[in-house]
Amino acid sequence: MDAAAIIDVLTALVPGAAYEPSPSVDFATLYVAPDRLVETCQALRDAPALGFNVLIEITAADYLPRQPRFEVVYHLLSIPHRSRVRLKVRAGDGDLVPTVQNVWPAAGWPEREVYDMFGIIFAGHPDLRRILTPDDWEGHPARKDYPVQIRKAVQTYEPLEITEEEFKANLERDRVRRPLAK
Amino acid sequence: MANELGTHDHSLMDPDLPLLTTTVEKVVQWARRSAIWPAQFGLACCAIEMMAMAASRYDIARFGAEVFRGSPRQSDLMIVAGRLSRKMAPAMRRVYDQMPEPKWVISMGACASVGGVFDNYAIVQGVDQVVPVDVYVPGCPPRPESLIYGIVQLQQKIARSRS
Amino acid sequence: MAELRTETLTVNMGPQHPSTHGVLRLVLELDGETIRSARTTIGYLHTGIEKTAEQKKWQQVIPLVERMDYLAAQSNSLAYVLGVEKLLGLEMPTRVQDIRVLLAELQRLASHLVWLGTHAMEIGAVSMLFYALRERELLMNINELIAGFRFFPSYFRVGGLREDLPRGFHDAVNAFLARFPGKLDEYEGLLTKNDMFRRRTEGVGVLTQEEAMGWGLVGPIARASGSDYDVRKYFPYLTYATYDFEVATATEGDVFARYRTRIKEMRESWKICTQAIARITPTGVHACNDTRVVPPPKDKVYTEMEALIQHFLIYSQGFTVPAGEVYVPIEGPRGEHGVYLVSDGTNRPWRVKMRPPSFMAIQALPSIIEGGMIADVIAVIGSNDVVMGDCDR
Repeated sequence: MDAAAIIDVLTALVPGAAYEPSPSVDFATLYVAPDRLVETCQALRDAPALGFNVLIEITAADYLPRQPRFEVVYHLLSIPHRSRVRLKVRAGDGDLVPTVQNVWPAAGWPEREVYDMFGIIFAGHPDLRRILTPDDWEGHPARKDYPVQIRKAVQTYEPLEITEEEFKANLERDRVRRPLAK
Repeated sequence: MANELGTHDHSLMDPDLPLLTTTVEKVVQWARRSAIWPAQFGLACCAIEMMAMAASRYDIARFGAEVFRGSPRQSDLMIVAGRLSRKMAPAMRRVYDQMPEPKWVISMGACASVGGVFDNYAIVQGVDQVVPVDVYVPGCPPRPESLIYGIVQLQQKIARSRS
Repeated sequence: MAELRTETLTVNMGPQHPSTHGVLRLVLELDGETIRSARTTIGYLHTGIEKTAEQKKWQQVIPLVERMDYLAAQSNSLAYVLGVEKLLGLEMPTRVQDIRVLLAELQRLASHLVWLGTHAMEIGAVSMLFYALRERELLMNINELIAGFRFFPSYFRVGGLREDLPRGFHDAVNAFLARFPGKLDEYEGLLTKNDMFRRRTEGVGVLTQEEAMGWGLVGPIARASGSDYDVRKYFPYLTYATYDFEVATATEGDVFARYRTRIKEMRESWKICTQAIARITPTGVHACNDTRVVPPPKDKVYTEMEALIQHFLIYSQGFTVPAGEVYVPIEGPRGEHGVYLVSDGTNRPWRVKMRPPSFMAIQALPSIIEGGMIADVIAVIGSNDVVMGDCDR
């Protein structure tokens, strides 16, 4: 399906949303506003004419110095209709993008990776923390103003992550009380 | 006459008695180098070449490395096979500390030796920033024959060292 | 009634573990042998390949990208090369496409052999590793013939292949293909009817088709749960539409079904290879005609001025790719392998992103293993065929 046909179906299902098609060499590409993203994804997944049931990936690209500098890209696949679509959301530095984890469970980790690499915060994500770099890493490596090579001492010992009170509290919480079988 | 241990057969009692005399040090070094058991520390692509080396074509068991031990506490060699990322460095140091003495480290491949093709923020530029390395084996990934040559060099290094 | 007070035990299957297929960390909360909850940590092999690729020219990215999924190296570079060629709008001659199909399927066989060997070894059949790696050595010999390198032959280039096929290629491939089905029957004879193997793998790690789609797993894992999605059939690339092969599927969705699916996939790959090698002539065209990206032959470079300039421009500043973005999916051994390329019209890529099938497989792992036993974790990780280089990039 090309971009115009998809936009026709979507504007009927998601009122008030403005979609912008974009030329591409491979398949339909359209821009979506962040506030309409979740409803658009639900429509894309549930509408019988569209049926995009698989989320292939979520990624982003940094277009510094253009503003807004980030574009979050969603690739979707529809197996019954044998088609693909690319959704793009423009986001600036510090803008929030809603999470689509409730639409496809596959979105959890790719959104964490986009946060780790670019610093884009996904509103409503249950577990947004770093995934590929160490937990205490500073900076977001895939941004264009982050250097490729850094000079940093190698950390060879990991600090203890839990205090003694937390440890004892975890023990109490994990106790399972089961009656003896008689 | 000298044999491969560098000892001489000078039994004074009976020339036909099969007796060798040598030093404790030489026997200990012979035992240590003839049965080096590596710990599994395959990180990336070089780990597959390490598996190929342990397989039937380039059999490493004939050099003494009979089994790859799963636990570092039962091994004496750590072959760092693959690229070491900054997140993995503390774990690797801990595995090295868990190995009992005497222990040796072979840095296999370009990424473990100097960082390889990946000169960037995420890769430690050389494993010798974290653990002391005895033998460096270059290649990306090194052929199994290269790694076997590295192990043979390590065996000769053990033969030369003092215990 | 007296109460028995127990606790759950938290066990760390740390990054250094023989059976986690690389550096994957699992923190398991155990109640006896049953797993209450599992948390995974990845990132121990993060290499920043995508950021490094932005500093290199288009042709120089190929060796970098090959080292991501190191068991199926040529499928990485195939996806990348197809993406760049789509942006450039290049059409490849049929012979080049057939050679690419043949090498991609041989790579799939090599990757599945390592999967078979390690999976069976971890379940307990240790000798399978030696058998499978023995066949893989023949494939490594073929790689060495074409590029001199066992593992990462950067043989696929933008615009075609690096050079023409060497002498002896057909003999080597035909010898391997003649030998392979008998060996595969041997491996199946060892495992498929083996009671111990079946008891450890049947009913373990069940994943339904809807769950697989929800988690974004499209590949042998989804095909073992009943789907028939295969990129080679749904979105044919290269010349796959002209080959005669079936898609391997199963319906139970457990570890044994994934094993059977991959074995059948190996047989179908063998079929494609026999058809492909019959179509490829020993010598012929090995690249397209586009002089912007394909360097001229060496004898012309040494004698003609235009050829020298063209060679110099390609290798010093590199060719430029028109601005735009593209996503090209291929069927890798682990699932849908795709590359998302953004070009800004210069001689370096703006963004290179590989879609990692292992990333999605590990994301789905806690939901598969929770409620099972700890011994099943090894079977499930093996059957998901994860490669950490692909997951962490």
